[in-house]
Amino acid sequence: MSEILGIYTVWLREMIRYFRQKERIISSLTMPIFWLLIFGGSMRTSIDIGSVDYNSFIAPGVVAMSILFTSIMSGISVIWDKELGFMKEMLVSPVSRFSIVLGKALGTATTAVIQGTMVMLISLIVGLEISFVTFISVIPLMVLISLGLVGIGISIASLMDNIEGFQLIMNFIVMPMFFLSGALFPINNLPSVLRVVTYVDPLTYGVETLRYTIIGVSNIPFGISLSVVIGFSLLTLSVSAWLFSRRK
Amino acid sequence: MNVIEVKNLTKIFNGDFKAVDNVNFSVKKGEVFGFLGPNGAGKTTTINMLCTLLKPNSGEATICGNDVNSDQREVRKCIGLVFQDTTLDDRLTAKENLELHARLYAVPKDKRKERIDKVLEIVDLKGREKSIVKTFSGGMQRRLEIARGLIHYPKVLFLDEPTLGLDPQTRKHVWDYIIKLKNDYNMTIFLTTHYMEEADELCDRIAIIDHGKIIALDTPKKLKESMGGDTIILDVDDKDIDKALKLFKGSKRFDGQVLLSVKNGGKKIEDVLEKCKKNNIDVIEANIRKPTLNDVFLKMTGREIREETVGLKEQLRRRRMRRHRR
Repeated sequence: MSEILGIYTVWLREMIRYFRQKERIISSLTMPIFWLLIFGGSMRTSIDIGSVDYNSFIAPGVVAMSILFTSIMSGISVIWDKELGFMKEMLVSPVSRFSIVLGKALGTATTAVIQGTMVMLISLIVGLEISFVTFISVIPLMVLISLGLVGIGISIASLMDNIEGFQLIMNFIVMPMFFLSGALFPINNLPSVLRVVTYVDPLTYGVETLRYTIIGVSNIPFGISLSVVIGFSLLTLSVSAWLFSRRK
Repeated sequence: MNVIEVKNLTKIFNGDFKAVDNVNFSVKKGEVFGFLGPNGAGKTTTINMLCTLLKPNSGEATICGNDVNSDQREVRKCIGLVFQDTTLDDRLTAKENLELHARLYAVPKDKRKERIDKVLEIVDLKGREKSIVKTFSGGMQRRLEIARGLIHYPKVLFLDEPTLGLDPQTRKHVWDYIIKLKNDYNMTIFLTTHYMEEADELCDRIAIIDHGKIIALDTPKKLKESMGGDTIILDVDDKDIDKALKLFKGSKRFDGQVLLSVKNGGKKIEDVLEKCKKNNIDVIEANIRKPTLNDVFLKMTGREIREETVGLKEQLRRRRMRRHRR
């Protein structure tokens, strides 16, 4: 019982901090807006991807991107807590390391869902047409995708002690992950070498589940994508909990 | 029963640096136990092992009967900590910080408000609970941190340099609070400080640690007594210095003065002055100096306890953090 309270407490703190930093919320929306409005708006006339409008095609990809960026922030937040000292406050409390990781993960996933939802709303403005039921059913998917990415963030943060190192590694992970995920183009049109790489990228499966749910198009069967997303989340969260719990 | 029991505790960093080397001590219930030592002597490392943040390489330690290696959760339940560096969330309000702490320690919901109100009152921060911690001065943050460490009624309170970097007035305040709390809650206090007078005044017993080893452990009174009595300082006319040195066996010359080690300096000084008069030694001034804890420290470690350099390090850290915060 006290562990659940502990998870809730760590989650609650993430929420208070998130809503207190209004600038962060706004600035994290600028990138998705640029992709949707400028990139999507200008490329739609020159790219033909068959039955769907290009703007609608990339909308799920941009939602995934927004989840990716927000979720990876969990790592920054862990390092930040180490620097600020608040991490010590949590570590010497009776709450287990596992619960701290879970609280952080759920907190970040919640913010990712909020961000993702806002991006969806923006997509509606630029022409995406979806039903209310679809809109709601995307939320659990966003949580699952986010948890897997949060796991990566916390894992790397557990191995690092400074923000600089984290950012360096993140640049090598986040951008390739985004561009190779098929967020902006259909993966079955790719040359075979690149296609293999996209199949290795875990975000590909996230984008696929979202795209299937939102516009009914996918290259990989939904069942497979969903299984990969769930499996990946379980894996990275377990690894991050293990790395985080190690004592020197 | 001993609240803290430490046996052969050892921590080795990087394979060969013994930060804490085979340390043994025990702390009784309700005691204020002081842990003194120069920078890098192993004070914080010891505390970190006792509060389960670091894993000892060998040896064992129990807190309230719970082993720090196997019953970590139980250990953490019965201790409170105030670290050298701040561990508050400075984006949250004072009250939010306290509430989070109460939840982390599973303080029952119906008692949270009452306890938060009480600790805020004790540290004189009532009325400021809705302010963001960032806007607090260093002294206020420290007080808030101490308040936070008390919400779950810890049996043992660890204070790692609790008054570091505070001005003398605030330091006194903080100590008044801590002593009041100790009496109110019957807590055991484990304290590190490099303010010798503080340790002398507050601690029931003191352990002096240097290079990871405990080199002395006793009451402040006995530690000072071990110095072999008082020092009489005679400031005599320059021409008489040699005469005085010859007259008093075992006296030393230091900085143009004659130093004599004696027991019960207050009684002896009369005899000394009498003797000087008889031998026509012109005494300008005579003083008695009681040994201080600083003298003990100096004798034991061969050096003066240095001012902590954390101030500068902390400043750099803060600056680095500000840069990233944008």
